[in-house]
Amino acid sequence: MTTKYETVIGLEVHVQLNTDSKIFCGCSTEFGKEPNENTCPVCLGLPGTLPVLNKKVVDYAIMAGLALNCDIAEYSKFDRKNYFYPDLPKAYQISQFDLPIAENGEIEIETEAGLFNIGVTRVHLEEDAGKLIHEGSIDKSKGSLVDYNRTGVPLIEIVSEPDMRTPAQAKAYLTELKMIMEYLDISDCNMEEGSLRCDANVSLRPVGQEEFGIKAELKNMNSFSAVEKGLEYEVKRQQELLDEGKKVVQETRTWDESLNKTISMRGKEEAHDYRYFPEPDLVPLEIDAAWKEEMGKEIPELPREKYKRFISELGLPEYDAGVLTGDKDLAVFFEEVLSDYDDPKNLSNWMMGEFLRLLNENGQAPFESGVSPINLAKMLKMIDQDIISGKIAKKVFEKMYNSGSDPETIVEEEGLKQISDEDELENIVDGIIADNPDAVEDVQNGKDRAIGFLVGQVMKETRGKANPGLVNQMLRDKLMD
Amino acid sequence: MIDKKDVEYAAGLAHLKLDEEEKEKYTEQIGEILDYVDKLSELDTDDVVPTAYTVPMKNVLRKDEVKKSLPREKSLANAPDEKDGQFRAPKIMSD
Repeated sequence: MTTKYETVIGLEVHVQLNTDSKIFCGCSTEFGKEPNENTCPVCLGLPGTLPVLNKKVVDYAIMAGLALNCDIAEYSKFDRKNYFYPDLPKAYQISQFDLPIAENGEIEIETEAGLFNIGVTRVHLEEDAGKLIHEGSIDKSKGSLVDYNRTGVPLIEIVSEPDMRTPAQAKAYLTELKMIMEYLDISDCNMEEGSLRCDANVSLRPVGQEEFGIKAELKNMNSFSAVEKGLEYEVKRQQELLDEGKKVVQETRTWDESLNKTISMRGKEEAHDYRYFPEPDLVPLEIDAAWKEEMGKEIPELPREKYKRFISELGLPEYDAGVLTGDKDLAVFFEEVLSDYDDPKNLSNWMMGEFLRLLNENGQAPFESGVSPINLAKMLKMIDQDIISGKIAKKVFEKMYNSGSDPETIVEEEGLKQISDEDELENIVDGIIADNPDAVEDVQNGKDRAIGFLVGQVMKETRGKANPGLVNQMLRDKLMD
Repeated sequence: MIDKKDVEYAAGLAHLKLDEEEKEKYTEQIGEILDYVDKLSELDTDDVVPTAYTVPMKNVLRKDEVKKSLPREKSLANAPDEKDGQFRAPKIMSD
């Protein structure tokens, strides 16, 4: 990117709330059911039905608003957004127009370029639409099949200010939003399953110009990397147009993952004239201080705060704090171990090393493995107390991971206890000295490295169980007097 | 004021097909309604909070409980066309 243009990006993020029932009816929100199994007269939009708002949806939206540092509306209402599309059985979507549930927020994000505050314009509630399966590609299909299971699943739409200047910032913002929603436990935030969806408005303007350039709206970016790649492509495309003296057309473009480019969706929709008007079937929402306060109490420590605390209070490096707080369950697990164990950095090394490696290999979440926080604490203490060596601990840990046993039992049953008894080691050390005259000579000639070789031989002989510090000392005593 | 073009635009948004006679008639009728609404603008409403809802009710909420959905055959009973348990809609993109 040359310095001629400044990129301006704003994101609209849809987050499916993980309630049990839909926003306006009692149908289940369960994902993966047979098509149209979770439908009823209300979400099918049959005449004469009336929507009734799910309280938990409002609770969750208040939590989201508070977590994004928004003002929560004392008075909020729903509106009809009118358009014709087969995924919308009523031909209008119940959404919020001029009185959204939350406004004027901001969150802090961090990229390699530093810290940035990104404004959150608004958070509003709406119902999701159904799912279309086109017979062939959308432009050539003769018809589309419609599954209304998703119709009426509660969504919050989080609209950012046009505060982002690079695709990397957009990715960081989206990541931060996802983490916040996960910490709040109000959404599954699964981009592949569509419970987190992101549209982006992108424009370029000459550096120094205040007025925004003409923007394109990007849709269909179904993963974090797609968001970044789609934006990077779009920035480049617009830059080339402007360099050639051409104009950017204001339009919706879709990201095509297989072609690695954005494609114009011209002609997909008619003019954007949604004719919003207040939804007459729903009464207004009034959120008083008590309700707000109640929801405020439900908000746990959020990822950014936790990240900063891990650094300032626990003395963890930024990288460790980032990895551990990047996944809510990992952070919770970490803190549970810490209630029984007081060396955060040592614990962090184990979590980021062996634990994450095994979790990734097995495709498991932190609490799905055989390792419980209390057992991990026990194992680390056994290392610290020289009951097992660090090397043996890796074996023990893997067994804990697969069997769910506690480390004491494993060490006992497998005879993995560290040998810290001099008498027991005496014969082995003597044997190694006798078998390795060259190394012994090197040690006696002052080549300190040769000691390491001999220690290694003893460790091998004892299958890792000898206390390496003790072996080292014994060798020195025997060879250097 | 409203002219025929506005009526054609609104009819298009609502997917309504109007003949010439209807367009003339609705232009006049909608015009009258708008004239009446214009009259309301004569009132000074600077200190009046916009009304979003006229019934004095608020916060009608239900618990987050799953209720039985319709059997799928019933959900699909009125579908003009269906396939594999899904509603079938005609093609979306215009040529």
